[in-house]
Amino acid sequence: MSERLLEVDHVSKQYRLGMIGGRTLNAELASWLARIRGKEDPNSKIGMEHHGPNETFWALEDVSFNVDRGDALAITGRNGAGKSTVLKLISRITAPTRGEIRIRGRVASLLEIGTGFHRELSGRDNIYLNGAILGMNRAETTSKIKDIIEFSEIGQFIDTPVKRYSSGMYVKLAFAVAAHLDPDVMICDEVLAVGDLTFQQKCLAKMADIAKEGRAVLYVSHNMRTVSQLCNRGLYLEQGHIQYDGTVEHAIELYGGSGVRSLRQDLDSLPHPKFRGDTMRMLEIEFLNTQALEYTINSTIEFRLKCVAHLAEPRVRIRLILKNSVTTPIAMTQTEPFEVAAEEVFERRVRFSLDGLAPGEYVVKLSIVSGTPRGTTTYYDTLEDVSRFIITDDPAYNAGFIWSERLWGNFRLKPLEMVE
Amino acid sequence: MDNRAAPQKWDTVIRPKKGWFDLDIRDLFRYRDLILLMVKRNFTVLYKQTVLGPAWVVIQPLLTTLVFTVIFGKVAGLPTDGMPSFLFYMAGNVCWSYFQSCLVNTSNTFIKNSDVFGKVYFPRLCVPIATVITELINFLVQFALFVIVVIYYAARLRSTPVTPNWRLIALTPLMLLQLGLLGLGFGIIVSALTTKYRDLAMLVSFGVHLWMYATPVTYSTSMIANKYPQMMGLYMLNPITPVIELFRNAYLGTQIYSYGYYFNSILVTLAVFVLGVVLFSRIEKTFMDTV
Repeated sequence: MSERLLEVDHVSKQYRLGMIGGRTLNAELASWLARIRGKEDPNSKIGMEHHGPNETFWALEDVSFNVDRGDALAITGRNGAGKSTVLKLISRITAPTRGEIRIRGRVASLLEIGTGFHRELSGRDNIYLNGAILGMNRAETTSKIKDIIEFSEIGQFIDTPVKRYSSGMYVKLAFAVAAHLDPDVMICDEVLAVGDLTFQQKCLAKMADIAKEGRAVLYVSHNMRTVSQLCNRGLYLEQGHIQYDGTVEHAIELYGGSGVRSLRQDLDSLPHPKFRGDTMRMLEIEFLNTQALEYTINSTIEFRLKCVAHLAEPRVRIRLILKNSVTTPIAMTQTEPFEVAAEEVFERRVRFSLDGLAPGEYVVKLSIVSGTPRGTTTYYDTLEDVSRFIITDDPAYNAGFIWSERLWGNFRLKPLEMVE
Repeated sequence: MDNRAAPQKWDTVIRPKKGWFDLDIRDLFRYRDLILLMVKRNFTVLYKQTVLGPAWVVIQPLLTTLVFTVIFGKVAGLPTDGMPSFLFYMAGNVCWSYFQSCLVNTSNTFIKNSDVFGKVYFPRLCVPIATVITELINFLVQFALFVIVVIYYAARLRSTPVTPNWRLIALTPLMLLQLGLLGLGFGIIVSALTTKYRDLAMLVSFGVHLWMYATPVTYSTSMIANKYPQMMGLYMLNPITPVIELFRNAYLGTQIYSYGYYFNSILVTLAVFVLGVVLFSRIEKTFMDTV
């Protein structure tokens, strides 16, 4: 029998559009004056359909799930699916609009590592301060400080101000504090993207221990390798709804497969950033010459992109940006400029070579741009997360090595030649 | 998904914000160590990389008082109810600067801490409370200095006008509490409103300056009472005035005008404080969506 630690019960979270960001009293007064005189709001965005005061957006809708002791739950989903919102609600950073969340025991949320660290304070003082922010009292911290210092590998530098620490030391200390909080539910969001590989493994092991000891871990990461290593349950979110609650393998599969790795994809319905996609818009993409968006080293990716243009533009380019598994941009390429006419639906077949790219998972970002000869660039449409593909590793090619992205990055140069 | 079958107790239940007042005092109490550590941090950080360090606590009021003495006492020649002008201004100044620093330093709570508030939960009220405690400690140091100056004047001058009123001195903790609550109350009201209207942050910095001149810090209430007796009712609406009056009366024995107004001031203090806490606890749950 396992005890329930967390219940998320029909929770919804609504954000109000157009209300984000600090406003000055002046702007508010101007809007209000315009409203009572029946004129157009001077602060509304020009060219966008009018955002009334009730224009809202549901980041989560009617989400329910439970976490029991021993669960290591992965939450997967594309950017904007609501993963972070779930974590923010459970960590009480913002309140739900509807529904209820019930928690037994202590929640430690590591949405960011080292929250509340103060640069001027020593490592030891920061352990106490950070511990207190995370909910430990002084006596608890004192009883654990030895373990924390040992786990952090900081050693003799513990009484040095943390502003003198390297970023690696900083992360180690911060994770050490959080890991020793003895939380009943531990929440982690992409916090392991920093720090070296050995320490990362140590952290994952620590989190796995927490789950094994009969507590629970909620883990969000785009790094599916760590997800499958750590988690024993998976949740797949799409546009604020839970689509799947079950095994971690299937949740990862859904994340990989649903839209993100289908060969043909409707781009029109993806969330476009503000001001983009109004005059030119990407409609659909189809990958050719592949069955599963898995490529071998040095192969070529080919796709067909369908777009619509609402204005004539003599120098349009398709620009492709590759991002690695932690969504850092690593490379860019673009087509030669071509001409489009107003109200034209155009299709282009393009291909690029994966020469030199190391094995791993990559994210494709696409833009429709136009560049004048003088070098100014206009972005007509941009989609951050069009597709993901995998370049499979070939140990024969690497002479027995398994490529490590953490250690070696995303590019495999030509063999180091020995002259003579 | 129905848990009502299991009668186990939940430790935390997160609900949408409802009602006007849902401050969790026990929660605040559980985080008392955090408040103390924040006070400690405030001090450590404040005096890092300063040459004179904590001496600034004493230098600040001494210099300000000195300037007041020269400008308002000597140059402008404002009467100080027959008291040594240095002492008179110092009494007003230590009280005012305590109130002012409480207000100013709590008024940016949300903006200044939005990074931390966006990543981890703890009762947000810990931050302004820690600020007020920090300022109280600063005040106590300045207050000790003030007491020394009072003793000096009382002992040195044979026919000294300085006549401490011991019964009123016993009320000092009450006055400090009131000044602290006023500073905190106004500060957290502003901090709650600045999440939406950044203008208020501008207003605070110079508004507080103007406010000082509406308070008998650099002059005595008797001037107002003599010149504009019909304005006294309005003048005394300022909740700080009766407190500073009482403080001066207790330690120096100046004339007091405000016994009747003092209760007024207490009422305003409580109202401001309660309003502040209500606004603050209302904003703290959702301000991450607007900042």
